[in-house]
Amino acid sequence: MANTPDYSWPPMADRKIIGKSFKRLDGQAKASGRAKYTSDLKMKDMLYAAYVLCPHGHARVTSIDTSAAEKVKGVQAVHVIAPAGTEVQWHGKEIAAVAATTEEIAREAIRMVKVDYEVMPHFVNEQDLGKAGSRGKAAGEKVTGDPEKAFQEAEAVSDGVYGIPVITHSCLEPHGCVIQWQGDQVMAWPSTQFVTGWANTLAPNLKVPAANIKVKMDYIGGGFGSKFSPGAWAEVGAILSQKAGGRPVKIYLDRVAEQTIAGNRPSAFGKIKIAGKKDGTITAWQSDTWASGGFAGGGQPPLPYVYNNIPNTRLNHTSISVNAGPSQAWRAPNNQQASFLTCSAIEDFAAKAGCDPMDVFNKNAGYTPRAEQYQYQLAKAAELSEWKKLWKPRDQRTGTMRRGLGIGVNAWAGNGHGCTARLTINSDGSVVLEMGTQDLGTGTRTIMTQVAAETLGLQMGQVKLVIGDNSLPPGGSSGGSTTVGGVSAATRKAGVNALGKLYEAAAPALGVQPEELEAVDGQIRVKSNHAKNMTWVAACKKIGPAGKISETGVNETRNPMGLFSGGAAGVQVADVSVDIETGLVKINRFVAVQDCGLVINPKLAESQVIGAIIMGISTALYEERIMDNATGRMMNPDLEFYKLAGIKDIGDIVVHMDIREVNDKRGVIGLGEPPAIGICAAVGNAVANAIGKRVPYMPMTPMHVLNALEGRNA
Amino acid sequence: MQSFEYANPATVQEAVGLLSAKWGEADVLAGGTDLISLMKDHLHTPKRVVNIKNIKELEGIQKTAAGIRIGALVTMDELAKNADVKASAKSLSDAAAAIPSPQIRHMGTVGGDLCQRPRCWYYRQGFGLLAMKDGKSLVPDGANQYHAIFGSGPAYFVSASSLGPALIALGAKIKLVSAKGPREVAAASFFVSPANETSREIALHPDEILTEILIPPATVKSATYEVRQKEALDWPLATASVTLTMRGNTVASAKVVLGHVAAKPWDSAEAAKAITGKAITADTAEAAGKAAVASASPLSQNAYKVTLARVAVKRALLEAAKQKA
Ligand SMILES: Cc1cc2nc3c(=O)[nH]c(=O)nc-3n(C[C@H](O)[C@H](O)[C@H](O)COP(=O)(O)OP(=O)(O)OC[C@H]3O[C@@H](n4cnc5c(N)ncnc54)[C@H](O)[C@@H]3O)c2cc1C
Repeated sequence: MANTPDYSWPPMADRKIIGKSFKRLDGQAKASGRAKYTSDLKMKDMLYAAYVLCPHGHARVTSIDTSAAEKVKGVQAVHVIAPAGTEVQWHGKEIAAVAATTEEIAREAIRMVKVDYEVMPHFVNEQDLGKAGSRGKAAGEKVTGDPEKAFQEAEAVSDGVYGIPVITHSCLEPHGCVIQWQGDQVMAWPSTQFVTGWANTLAPNLKVPAANIKVKMDYIGGGFGSKFSPGAWAEVGAILSQKAGGRPVKIYLDRVAEQTIAGNRPSAFGKIKIAGKKDGTITAWQSDTWASGGFAGGGQPPLPYVYNNIPNTRLNHTSISVNAGPSQAWRAPNNQQASFLTCSAIEDFAAKAGCDPMDVFNKNAGYTPRAEQYQYQLAKAAELSEWKKLWKPRDQRTGTMRRGLGIGVNAWAGNGHGCTARLTINSDGSVVLEMGTQDLGTGTRTIMTQVAAETLGLQMGQVKLVIGDNSLPPGGSSGGSTTVGGVSAATRKAGVNALGKLYEAAAPALGVQPEELEAVDGQIRVKSNHAKNMTWVAACKKIGPAGKISETGVNETRNPMGLFSGGAAGVQVADVSVDIETGLVKINRFVAVQDCGLVINPKLAESQVIGAIIMGISTALYEERIMDNATGRMMNPDLEFYKLAGIKDIGDIVVHMDIREVNDKRGVIGLGEPPAIGICAAVGNAVANAIGKRVPYMPMTPMHVLNALEGRNA
Repeated sequence: MQSFEYANPATVQEAVGLLSAKWGEADVLAGGTDLISLMKDHLHTPKRVVNIKNIKELEGIQKTAAGIRIGALVTMDELAKNADVKASAKSLSDAAAAIPSPQIRHMGTVGGDLCQRPRCWYYRQGFGLLAMKDGKSLVPDGANQYHAIFGSGPAYFVSASSLGPALIALGAKIKLVSAKGPREVAAASFFVSPANETSREIALHPDEILTEILIPPATVKSATYEVRQKEALDWPLATASVTLTMRGNTVASAKVVLGHVAAKPWDSAEAAKAITGKAITADTAEAAGKAAVASASPLSQNAYKVTLARVAVKRALLEAAKQKA
């Protein structure tokens, strides 16, 4: 067939498997503990690694002596990472590593490594811009329109300070891998969001051909953007393995290292003014923001967020370098910060103008890239949150427990990453779908199987899926919410291509041309005459002497062919109660309205949104990295005072997936990140609405809430 | 964790013979929910660990004419569910029930709760009990949002036990046994604010085992009110336990003890005085709360805890007032 086959999705009404809520395929294995994460692996002769970490915020290593550690019985390898003379810029930075026959011995041995430091001055808290001094680097001012004039002519102006702290990913499975380096061959079992590319990043560091690095991963226990690259630990693990004669080494960060060096979401702070009319129309925006993602500083969030066509704007930003571990992508990098800063300022403007914020978000939707979509979603969110009934202006709440409602919005590109699926149909009718991709827990296994089954007219159980191995056709990195778009398009293409070959094999027996056939309900049949058919198994028997058909489907990012697109939108409403005597904030209900184009599995899509909300509420109420000015250390590198929400802290979650023909037509759009964006914004706004005052700093702890209520500026 | 010798005595007598006159030599192991983490972090490096879980005489709760006797090995879960404790010492029952996570309530023991070490992050990160550097505590200018608002040093950590305030307010006695014999201390003098790095935050001697607690018989109303941010796995930010002896509608005598606000449970005579002789109303409870924090001296970041302590006292009093007694 010279022509490009028709890869387009079947019409909504005709779908049998796509669009149906199948349970996730690995749910039982995970819930029962049968699924083995890399951190569960135990192998023969495996060694355990442990790190010596820098205890200071800023220091120079003046001497390091590993001789005592080397003598500990069971220690098989010691590697110095920061030799004498090395300047170390944060608490938790890796200094040396040890591999031993048990984890306990490795932990004992690192205590025997003697390191002397010259302690140097540190700067670890960026909340107060005035204290940053030379640690701040200003970006140039950006101006559009005539903000000066717009502010002069304004009928209402809001003026506020807002801040969102550094938080950590807190993946349940920490960062690390099991790795074995023998001669010029490396075998690795990582915990990664990028199975296919992992070896290619590591290869140059080890000076081993990427072709000689085998990578396998079945399950990953959370990544959220922090597990793309192999990380320094893979290299250190490999070196330890080589030093230990090629024994496999399990190198996993303990919780302290996980919290200090495995990545974090940068902070963002801002002084923001909005100008507008009494009717709620926004006319101008001015922001002075600052941020830090560690020693490298922190970039400017995209402001104003979603409402990015406000005509008159003035933006300034300062990047601040602090002595703390580096940032990593965190579930929609820079978007949460942007949504929080923007939506908080809009809510404050609405209060100043004497308007209902729902009306202000709605009225100014013309400034967003998709006005109709946001207006539709605002209306839906208002309905589901009972906004009209429950919302009251800021000063009309009384009593000790005060209820409040607040809005957060999101936008995300999505699209589909480049990747290749291989679909094999065997002459006995069995089917294998393969790709070197990974399932982050988002349901990639399930949706790939659904797309293949739908395309071939089969049931879910008839398609075997193989992923998690870099010898398979290349998968993309699971980031930027691009996985579902990529893998579903590639799978669709591989399925259609393989089916074309099967039609060629089966057509003669049915006395028609291959183009006249279709695969439906386990049959290969003639489109115009369903009585003329053969079973799937009978058709597969016609496959030629090779015994199988094996076809690939390649997804190209730039050529979606209608299968996927970018641009998800969402509106969320938080409904909270605040105890104004204790500053305790409880979530009553959290409503999320979200579009993501064609939804392959509504249950899994909803589950992504629920997961994002749980994670988001945790960040809005509890999570912050606490840095100590006195010692330069992170004081809560644990899961005790780095607080994560528990099941009772979450409240009711209401998810409305915006599944409509208009959205479906846009193809598949990724969903991992967008619903995680606007949660701090919505919760912060709900608290402001409840107590009648802006609490400037996230998270909404009793400390921050009471400081605001009692007029203390922390 | 440093290697250690493990001992498994079956009687108190045998157990105390395995202890040492010096801290650091031997540690008692009960539920292990605190000791194991202390050992993993090398904050405790005992040469010998004395497991007391096989000592039958340390178990059980009994009600007698002398009051309620609670064995050191009683778990938080047993304590929280015990009907006698619920009936005559509600403040203690509620404090036990509020200790987070079923796992900790099932493993953690009453003795372990009273003897647990502070959760202060300076202490837990190896800066010592008082977090001293160059003769000065790191806490007042450091990260002190969860630290003390009473006591003005040198210890700024907060006493971790949430049973402690309830026991003090109930006038409980604690029995300690060494090879030399038993002694009894009032719960109020069991907790101490250490004056130097080498002393402890409890009156237990290194060669002693805490064997039981005795709550004297009395007809009282009692309540504990805790401000906790999270429902799961979290520490209180401030608590108050109150015990009231009533004469009709008025308070004949009161004990008001605050938790998680000082290096020891903070017995507030001022609050007790403010409520004594009064009927409990929103106003008198509020006044008692104010009296409780009048002498607070918060650090750079924890002024909010003054409010929480005040509110905890007020709410504990109002809750106690609702009880039938
Ligand atoms: C996340 C988290 C939250 C928590 N929240 C709270 C809370 O809100 N309120 C609260 O009160 N507690 C709380 N706890 C602490 C918990 O209650 C204690 O860890 C537990 O009570 C200790 O009991 P254990 O039997 O496990 O003690 P162990 O760990 O066995 O011992 C603790 C210490 O006491 C000593 N010891 C134990 N028994 C005796 C004895 N009979 N005589 C002499 N010395 C003894 C040990 O030597 C050791 O030093 C929390 C713990 C965690 C991890």
